[in-house]
Amino acid sequence: MNDNFALRLDHVSRDFGGLPVLDDLSLTITPGEFVVLVGPSGCGKTTLLNVLSGALAPSSGTVTTQGVLRTVYQHDGLFPWLTVRDNIGLGLRGLTDKEAKARELAELLALIRLEEFAGHYPHQLSGGMRQRVELARALAGRSDILLLDEPFSALDYQTRLRLRRELARLLALRPRTVVFVTHDIEEAAQLADRVLVLSERPAQVKTELLLTTPRPRDLTDPSVVEAMGRIIHDLGLAESDFELREKNLGE
Amino acid sequence: MIDEKAPHETLTPEIRTRPFEKKKQGSPKRFDIASLLLPLLVLGLVLAVWAIVPTLKIRGHPLVEDYALPPPLTVLQSIPDEVHTGRLFSDTVASLFRIGAGFSLAVALGVPLGLWLGSRRSVRAALLPGVNFFRNLSPLAWIPFAILWFGIGDPAAIFLIFMASFFPLAMATMAAVATIPVVHFRVAKDYGFQGRELLLHVTLPAILPQVITALRVTAGVAWIVVVAAEMVGCKDGLGYGIYDARSALRLDLVALYMIIIGLLGIGLDRLLSQLTRLPGVRWGYER
Repeated sequence: MNDNFALRLDHVSRDFGGLPVLDDLSLTITPGEFVVLVGPSGCGKTTLLNVLSGALAPSSGTVTTQGVLRTVYQHDGLFPWLTVRDNIGLGLRGLTDKEAKARELAELLALIRLEEFAGHYPHQLSGGMRQRVELARALAGRSDILLLDEPFSALDYQTRLRLRRELARLLALRPRTVVFVTHDIEEAAQLADRVLVLSERPAQVKTELLLTTPRPRDLTDPSVVEAMGRIIHDLGLAESDFELREKNLGE
Repeated sequence: MIDEKAPHETLTPEIRTRPFEKKKQGSPKRFDIASLLLPLLVLGLVLAVWAIVPTLKIRGHPLVEDYALPPPLTVLQSIPDEVHTGRLFSDTVASLFRIGAGFSLAVALGVPLGLWLGSRRSVRAALLPGVNFFRNLSPLAWIPFAILWFGIGDPAAIFLIFMASFFPLAMATMAAVATIPVVHFRVAKDYGFQGRELLLHVTLPAILPQVITALRVTAGVAWIVVVAAEMVGCKDGLGYGIYDARSALRLDLVALYMIIIGLLGIGLDRLLSQLTRLPGVRWGYER
């Protein structure tokens, strides 16, 4: 048996009122790996993430995690009644040494370049800033696994590009195991070590794609473009797929 | 290729420059004066109408008798006497004490009950019908029991104010708990909040803006109930003052007490509205 894993699903199934959303899914994620799950909408991505985070119990099968796990959400993840400083401070609740806590907090604020906004409340920040604060909080103190639930999908396109770069930079400084759920093919190709393309419901791993180009990767980098082509093909969104479907429809 | 003979207009889209419009700048100072003068103007008009109506005559008969609508001046003249005897002051203090005690008690018990109702399904199933029943029951219906149980005086009035504010506060708090995004609780779990800590550091701050709004609304209701409660259940207070003056057919005093009650009600709301300025609740009013 290989014990070197951060997260493992063994034959996990989950249904909602008889509707199978996850069906006999097995998956191993090794420490330090950046895995992106891509799938058509409604395929069970969020269910899978909730099962991984423990928010949802599987109907059958087992989920094993090793280490402290934190989730970054699309929105509403920050507590609106706390300042940026206090929100990030949540990630340092385990630290008892006050001095070490203050030092770590200052470092995290510098890391996301929001020192001047330490005293601001989330509603006073832009969407991109808020997600940076969430990332800093998730990276604070002792955390091992980050679950990212479409963390950039509520942002505008250019901010999204910037934050992909930001995430790559932060992870280079503070390496973590990452499970990143998204519907954004570009995001997958730019960030992942491994892309898992999920099938329609019930979600199964349809194809697996390994990417070895070091991060950060340019959106137009040949390896990224190639990966995008592959993912598009695996999702059945390539032009040839559409043509085939239209032909079948015509007959 | 560009066809030179083509009508000029079709080739070059008309470019219109819009002159930069300077916004009419109402200086903040001027705005302040307007917001101060306008209500005063309306107040002046109301007072003028109030002063004129009692002087109107139809075929030699006054439109309204003096005692039925005492003019503003009569009301004004009644002030020195009331101040001198100290009744106005002692009545105000008595009423404020009662609402302070009854309302504080309702907040201290109603908000925790609401939190409990909001966070436990079984508690909701057990208690919600009861809370709903009493919320829809006019607190004034309790007057006979209040007097029977507590006699005439402070406790009866405090009890009635409590009954008027406790149930709406519990309901509003419960409803607020239901609106907390589920993500907040997931985040709380990720960062190790449980039990009491979860309640005090997540649930409570998440509903605070809505609870403050509920406090303001409920305090208004409680203030209305004070007057009614004191009319029958007390021997002093602003409500009793109205009742007493009515018995003596001193409607000038009734009007004076009405004005005091209204002004204090505004003051009470202003006081509670200060809570919305707390930095930790601004988010609830600015999004």
